[in-house]
Amino acid sequence: MKSLVILGAGTAGTMMANKLHHALNPVEWRITIVDRDNVHYYQPGFLFIPFGLYQPEDVVRPRTDFLPKGVTFIPQEVDRIDGNHDQVILSNGQTLHYEVLVVATGAEVVPEETEGMKAELWYKDIFDFYTFEGSTQLAKKLQNWQGGNLVINLAETLIKCPVAPLEFTFLADAFFEDKGIRDKVNITYVTPLSGAFTKPKATAMLSTLLDEKKIKVVPDFYLARVDNERKVLVSYDEQEVPFDLLVTVPVNKGSKMVERSGLGDEDGLNFMPTDKYTLQAKKFDNVFVIGDATNIPASKAGSVAHFEGEILLENVLSYIQGEALEARFDGHSNCFIETGHGKAALIDFNYETEPLPGKFPWPLLGPMDLLKPTRLNHVGKLAFKWVYWHMLLTGKTLPVPTHMSMSGKIKEETV
Amino acid sequence: METLLTPTLELDKEGYLKNPAQWTPELARDFAAKANIVLTDKHFDVLNWLRAKHAEGVPLTIRKVGASGIVDIKKFYELFPGGPLKVSSKIAGIPKPASCI
Repeated sequence: MKSLVILGAGTAGTMMANKLHHALNPVEWRITIVDRDNVHYYQPGFLFIPFGLYQPEDVVRPRTDFLPKGVTFIPQEVDRIDGNHDQVILSNGQTLHYEVLVVATGAEVVPEETEGMKAELWYKDIFDFYTFEGSTQLAKKLQNWQGGNLVINLAETLIKCPVAPLEFTFLADAFFEDKGIRDKVNITYVTPLSGAFTKPKATAMLSTLLDEKKIKVVPDFYLARVDNERKVLVSYDEQEVPFDLLVTVPVNKGSKMVERSGLGDEDGLNFMPTDKYTLQAKKFDNVFVIGDATNIPASKAGSVAHFEGEILLENVLSYIQGEALEARFDGHSNCFIETGHGKAALIDFNYETEPLPGKFPWPLLGPMDLLKPTRLNHVGKLAFKWVYWHMLLTGKTLPVPTHMSMSGKIKEETV
Repeated sequence: METLLTPTLELDKEGYLKNPAQWTPELARDFAAKANIVLTDKHFDVLNWLRAKHAEGVPLTIRKVGASGIVDIKKFYELFPGGPLKVSSKIAGIPKPASCI
């Protein structure tokens, strides 16, 4: 019997387990999926927890609830991939041989990468919201916080869900307004990018929103260290930003397992060099990489993992048949951006095309406005939780094309 | 200065050299002067590394420069004040670094 092994039972890994289970002959193929525990988090929900909009129990389920019968789940840490011998070594010493390996080990925040980040003030006045613990601790903090300087900072340019810190900022503005203390809170958005976002047209729209909401942006600020005593952020060129409450997006890295396997990219961030079109690992033909674990220049987000999943399935099947890998991922990304007070914006883009204004055709809810905050987009954002648990994880096809479509988008200054 | 920027040199809207093959150390000094930087050997070590990586098709980040073994991030900021990757890329005659995603 042949063996297909998936490392990581998060969004991408779980989805692939379902798709591959459906596509491969069970007499011929055994599918095994490995993760360190049996807790699956709905990560997009972490954003809402600090503001009491979601409760902790809304975002947690057992991983095994979403894995098909017939796929073997091993709850064990992966020590390393031994690609030269087509095997994976688990931390209990067990080895798993594979004909095909799918790496879906994701990305995680590593506050230890920044001097002074995880120190005296950690979870007292400094919080992340990219982890279950961080977002729930921050919820408690925000309940009683009376105001002051709220600083939102990105420690690196390459982060999971690049719009999340902006969404956090907009939701914080609305939260304090509803509480009646917005005039007691200065909100500052401190980023290593040259503007609010990476792409020009989206940056223009988002900058206008930030302005309207009286949120100050400090661009080109590359964080060197956090001074706990003076409560200031210090950049590599010695700029300083004081804070009373710091909400940080720490440096994001791929799994330590990638480092132990010697398979990381040269920046030391442990993302795996991957062909950006075929999703095949650069180093081994029978290894494929999906989701946040890759080093491809696409957003690290659930929608991206979903679109990649359609491509990866085709290419794994082609590889097994000994055929050329013909399916090509176009970098498609589709994200709702919460803008506060029950509205959200929508962006849809790929490697070549930046987010553009216009309409996005959506079969269930009707066309949605791109690059513009509307109530319908917010409904879409909330509906995504249901879609995630019931369709995305179980590998069902969503009513959104895999490749980005120009339909409805307005290209140039005709707007 | 203008005499060095001969008409055959094509620059993009933001002043980045369109064809990295046209780069010369003299041109680098010229670009650097516009950014008020006098190039030292250390600057050239960084520029050559950037050019080599660009030729390999490696997307560049400040972090990657910091991990290059040539300079750490702090030093990189000292050599090319402001936005060090943007400034050094222009002087190195390679395209403006694309922030992905």
